[in-house]
Amino acid sequence: MSTFPLRRLLALLFSFGLLAAACGGSDATDASDGGSDDDAPAASSDLSVAVVAPSASDDLAFTQSMIDSLDALGITPQVTDGTFVVEDAAAAIRGYAEEGVDVVIAHGTQYGGSLAEIAPDFPETTFIWGTAADTQGLANVFAYYPAADQGGYVNGVIAAAVTESGSIGVVGPVEAGDAVAYVNGFVAGAEANGASTSVVYTGSFSDVQLMAEAAQAHIDQGADVLTGTSQAVVGAVGVASETDVAWFGTQSNQTSLDPNLVVASQVYHWEVVIQEMLDLREAGTLGGEVFELNLENGGLEIEYNDGFELSDDVIASADAAIAGIIDGSIDTGA
Amino acid sequence: MRDFFTLSVIVATVASGIRLATPYLLAGLGETVGQKSGVLNLGVDGVMQLSAFFAYWTMLERGSLILATLVGIGVGLVMGAIYAFVTVVLQAQQGISGIGIFLFGLGFSDLMFRRQVGSPRPVPQLPEYGIPFLADIPNVGDALFQHNLLTYFAFAAVPVLALMLRSTTFGMNVRAVGENPQAADSLGVSVGWTRAFAILIGNTFAGLAGAALVLELGIFQPNLTAGLGFIAVALVYFGAWRPVGIMSGALLYGLVAASVLQMKALQIIPRSASDIAAMAPAILTILALIVLAGRVSAPAALTRPFSR
Repeated sequence: MSTFPLRRLLALLFSFGLLAAACGGSDATDASDGGSDDDAPAASSDLSVAVVAPSASDDLAFTQSMIDSLDALGITPQVTDGTFVVEDAAAAIRGYAEEGVDVVIAHGTQYGGSLAEIAPDFPETTFIWGTAADTQGLANVFAYYPAADQGGYVNGVIAAAVTESGSIGVVGPVEAGDAVAYVNGFVAGAEANGASTSVVYTGSFSDVQLMAEAAQAHIDQGADVLTGTSQAVVGAVGVASETDVAWFGTQSNQTSLDPNLVVASQVYHWEVVIQEMLDLREAGTLGGEVFELNLENGGLEIEYNDGFELSDDVIASADAAIAGIIDGSIDTGA
Repeated sequence: MRDFFTLSVIVATVASGIRLATPYLLAGLGETVGQKSGVLNLGVDGVMQLSAFFAYWTMLERGSLILATLVGIGVGLVMGAIYAFVTVVLQAQQGISGIGIFLFGLGFSDLMFRRQVGSPRPVPQLPEYGIPFLADIPNVGDALFQHNLLTYFAFAAVPVLALMLRSTTFGMNVRAVGENPQAADSLGVSVGWTRAFAILIGNTFAGLAGAALVLELGIFQPNLTAGLGFIAVALVYFGAWRPVGIMSGALLYGLVAASVLQMKALQIIPRSASDIAAMAPAILTILALIVLAGRVSAPAALTRPFSR
């Protein structure tokens, strides 16, 4: 009888300890190892900035592209990442707004519904939301999206030149957002240059194992070049490495995943549009505008891997594709 | 559809299905032993995440597949000891404790990855070994006998665990404390120790499942398991707490997922139906659970703490 309350107390303490440790993992301070000062203003201005993002800030994909972009602007944001659960993201977004952070970046299409509820409660806070093509009519929300089909098309042009079998495999998460834009652009670029493509959407943004098997399925069907989008592509790149198949990246430079087989990556330079938004905010406009990342404004860039040799002709055809997309003579299939 | 039923595609699909099934099978087998003793562990996914990270980290730092596998097993053992202490000694509610373990695994593996690794970096993957003679059988060899050692281990463990649960003294004790712990106790069986050992076995398998997953992929990222451990728990019900049943469920799940991927790659499944097709393995499992629900019964003392 006397030990019963002690057991319950120990169990409670244990559960509390586990949950505390778990919470420690989901609330990252910043992308670099140094941690962040909660009250630190942005380096490029007096504005304080926070980012809420669905995947890890060092995912070599969607979230890292934003962190790298802010770093390029000299901004060390507060970061809450890994918020696949929208309710967690909503709590973080509201929390930053309540703390008085000037600019809260909700880096995920899925956060739109939460933002529609939160933004009106904090009219002095600027919310930056993407990828999205509209601000939901909210005066203190800026929206941004990448024209991922553009870089996808250029990657497809290069891939068509690299493939020897003429067969290219594409893996994606779900058919939505910038993933479908990239995939459609890539397919258009590759097929316009004589390659055949096959696309597999796994249905998951995070299932690395399924993405790896999707890549393997393409290779089984004869593909000798692969590309893909989402943070789960690390599994597909692993399969590419194992089978010595070339890879094309998007969102972030993925060369580090395989310095021998990653040919090129479409890199998002969010800083191009984020800087514009911050300037507008400082000038008194808190939101209400939509920004597009594209090849013309430098928001999208094709970064080549020096470790993968491409002929001058291939580079020239990629440059021609970029020029054609910018002047409108090439349809990227978006 | 005709393209799918070619020998090369079927061989590739079966091989892929077996690879996909392996972590489910390992985790499900372990969970079966635990549940047979009356202990539900919803923390399987968290244990897998922890073991996957530490196996990956070991691989990064030491470059030894054997050491990485052993570390994965060791993490499972440690988490098993903690879970046994909480559920057997402290008699905490098993469902809540399991969720706590899951959240801890999810968060701590994420935290450690950020602090110790940063960006995902590839490590050497588990090599495939062809079983002598069997691997040379045309087509069958490529599909069934060209896998890594942990895959062979997972399937070899099925009859071993089945035999252990059915025919050994320990196995009979496990079943006894899972069905009627009071009766087992009156016959001199230590309910606490039996359940503790069953939990240790279960978590060791979960640890091995995490190591098998990460070493097959050759890379780690936060939330690597993506809920795999929870599906493994569901497969225990699907398999009616029998190792052969768990294997059937894991293979069904893996083969359906692999078939869907191959059909998408062959453009048999149109892109407009892609998302619906992606749900096929889960839907099939749920349907099977519904069908089986009335025909099988869980261990009678499952989730019930024991006290004299």
